[in-house]
Amino acid sequence: MRTQTRRCMDTRDLARKIRIHSVKMVNWGGSSHIGSVLSMADILAVLYGNILNFDPSNPELPDRDRVILSKGHAGAGVYAVLAECGFFPIEWLKQHCQNGSVLSGHVSSKGVPGVELSTGSLGHGLSVGVGLALAAKMRKKEYRIYVLLGDGECNEGSVWEAVMFAAHHHLNNLIVIVDRNHLQSIHSTEQTLNMEPLKEKWRVFGWRSIPVDGHDHAELSSVLSQRGSNPMCVIAATTKGKGVSFMENQVDWHYRTPTGDLFQQAIRELEISGDA
Amino acid sequence: MRNAFVRSLTELAAADSSVVLLTADLGFGCFDDFEKRFPEQFINVGIAEQNLIGIASGLAMSGYKVFVYSIGNFPTLRCLEQIRNDACYHELNVNIVASGGGFTYGMLGMSHHATEDIAIMRALPKVTVVAPGTDWETRQATLALAELPGVGYLRIEKNGIKDPGSINNDFEIGKARVLRDGKDVALVSTGGILAESFKAADELLIHGISCKIISMHTVKPLDCGAIIAVAKNFDIVMSIEEGNLSGGFGSAIAEAYLDAGITPHFFYRFGMRDKYSSIVGDQAYLRNHYGMDAGAIVDRVMKTRRHVQLAFGSKLDEQFPKING
Repeated sequence: MRTQTRRCMDTRDLARKIRIHSVKMVNWGGSSHIGSVLSMADILAVLYGNILNFDPSNPELPDRDRVILSKGHAGAGVYAVLAECGFFPIEWLKQHCQNGSVLSGHVSSKGVPGVELSTGSLGHGLSVGVGLALAAKMRKKEYRIYVLLGDGECNEGSVWEAVMFAAHHHLNNLIVIVDRNHLQSIHSTEQTLNMEPLKEKWRVFGWRSIPVDGHDHAELSSVLSQRGSNPMCVIAATTKGKGVSFMENQVDWHYRTPTGDLFQQAIRELEISGDA
Repeated sequence: MRNAFVRSLTELAAADSSVVLLTADLGFGCFDDFEKRFPEQFINVGIAEQNLIGIASGLAMSGYKVFVYSIGNFPTLRCLEQIRNDACYHELNVNIVASGGGFTYGMLGMSHHATEDIAIMRALPKVTVVAPGTDWETRQATLALAELPGVGYLRIEKNGIKDPGSINNDFEIGKARVLRDGKDVALVSTGGILAESFKAADELLIHGISCKIISMHTVKPLDCGAIIAVAKNFDIVMSIEEGNLSGGFGSAIAEAYLDAGITPHFFYRFGMRDKYSSIVGDQAYLRNHYGMDAGAIVDRVMKTRRHVQLAFGSKLDEQFPKING
């Protein structure tokens, strides 16, 4: 019997908190990738607030669902959601990207309860997720594996090695969510390596491929609850920098750190957004 | 060696259902019996080495004892970052088996010559690097690695020599095996090229030179105690490896000597000196071509002995008094 520890949190509120924590964390740490965190904050909020089975007092719960952040540069968002869910004190977030800290800019599992895998080099997470999903199948376990990929990350050939394997082995306990924000490091994804038709690519590789609005919590909840006979890829259309007007769809907020007035403005906008 | 590995792994799989074998589409015919008997414990991931290591890591995170198999450089250099970030950093029981160490696949060309794998794998923190010299060592290493936490690298070849038995016939990861005692020269080798040490030692004996032969099946963690003991007792110590010298087995020994502040009077490393193989040939041919076969060892030992005698005569110990000698 699967231990049921899923909670129903106010996912809108959770998303807002993830965003505010993350903007503060990159400001304190002088770090970056805030655009990537903001684009997937709603996905994290829905997953942790409404979908996943986990127990913050027992991060190693054998039947827990597993989440791998393959786009490891958005680690701040994962630390924020884990702190909000009670895996560790919110106070810890102040250590993000500080000297001697374990809260690295790219997500780390060492010393951080609730993180399954340290990542940072793109194209690693899905293969490990495939291994986890395969192990669950071999042991006839019910838990599911969720892997968050960046759309730019799909440039990596290793992603497609894993995609082929998962389909061949019908790993229907594996769910990929592609954060389709259309921007990568230097240019747009389409200027860099044309990715479309992305939905069709996953489909012809044997996956259930479902496009959603990556900021629509009801739609995300509904799709992420689905089960089928094949692995599922949720292509979440998102806006990089979502929630901070001057960051939205701006490629430079992949690397910039919000400071001074811009930092204050970002926090103000995000705090107000909760009232909408 | 390959057969010894497969037989040992099959025994492990029979006794323990958490032992699994992944291959990246190599080992044609080798695993037929394994696959037939343990279909749930055998997965051919396809020709995809990065995915091979990622999947192995995911399985090991879930409690499996994982062996991955491929040949030459494919399971190491091709997916080095997956090994480092996913398997090693997370301290997972993933054992990487490369068949075709050195020039095993000599005729197939440079792509198939595994000549930097030892150096590269030993550069990764906490990886256990094992290159057995005999079939028996291959078997013992396979059994040991299954139970050893963390990432293991097992470098094997197609054919291994029959184990001559050691003075204390045991096997322990990280412990040198003394296979023959001698008094003039110490030959320390890793991998199947151990066979050349025996041939060289036999020939040197005809010239009145006796060699101690050590099989250093574990390159990492290196048995520094054994290495240092040899330096204290022998004027001439030579390391033998089938691969490039930079950062490899002989370099590991040199590091150990310098770290300990104890060196033999003469130390020589057999191996390739910063080059890629650009010709093909069978393993014996290429060992000869790159100066690491029995003939090369005999030549070098004779020359070094002459040099020692000419330069220092019987005053060697006065010139270079042994530390703690």
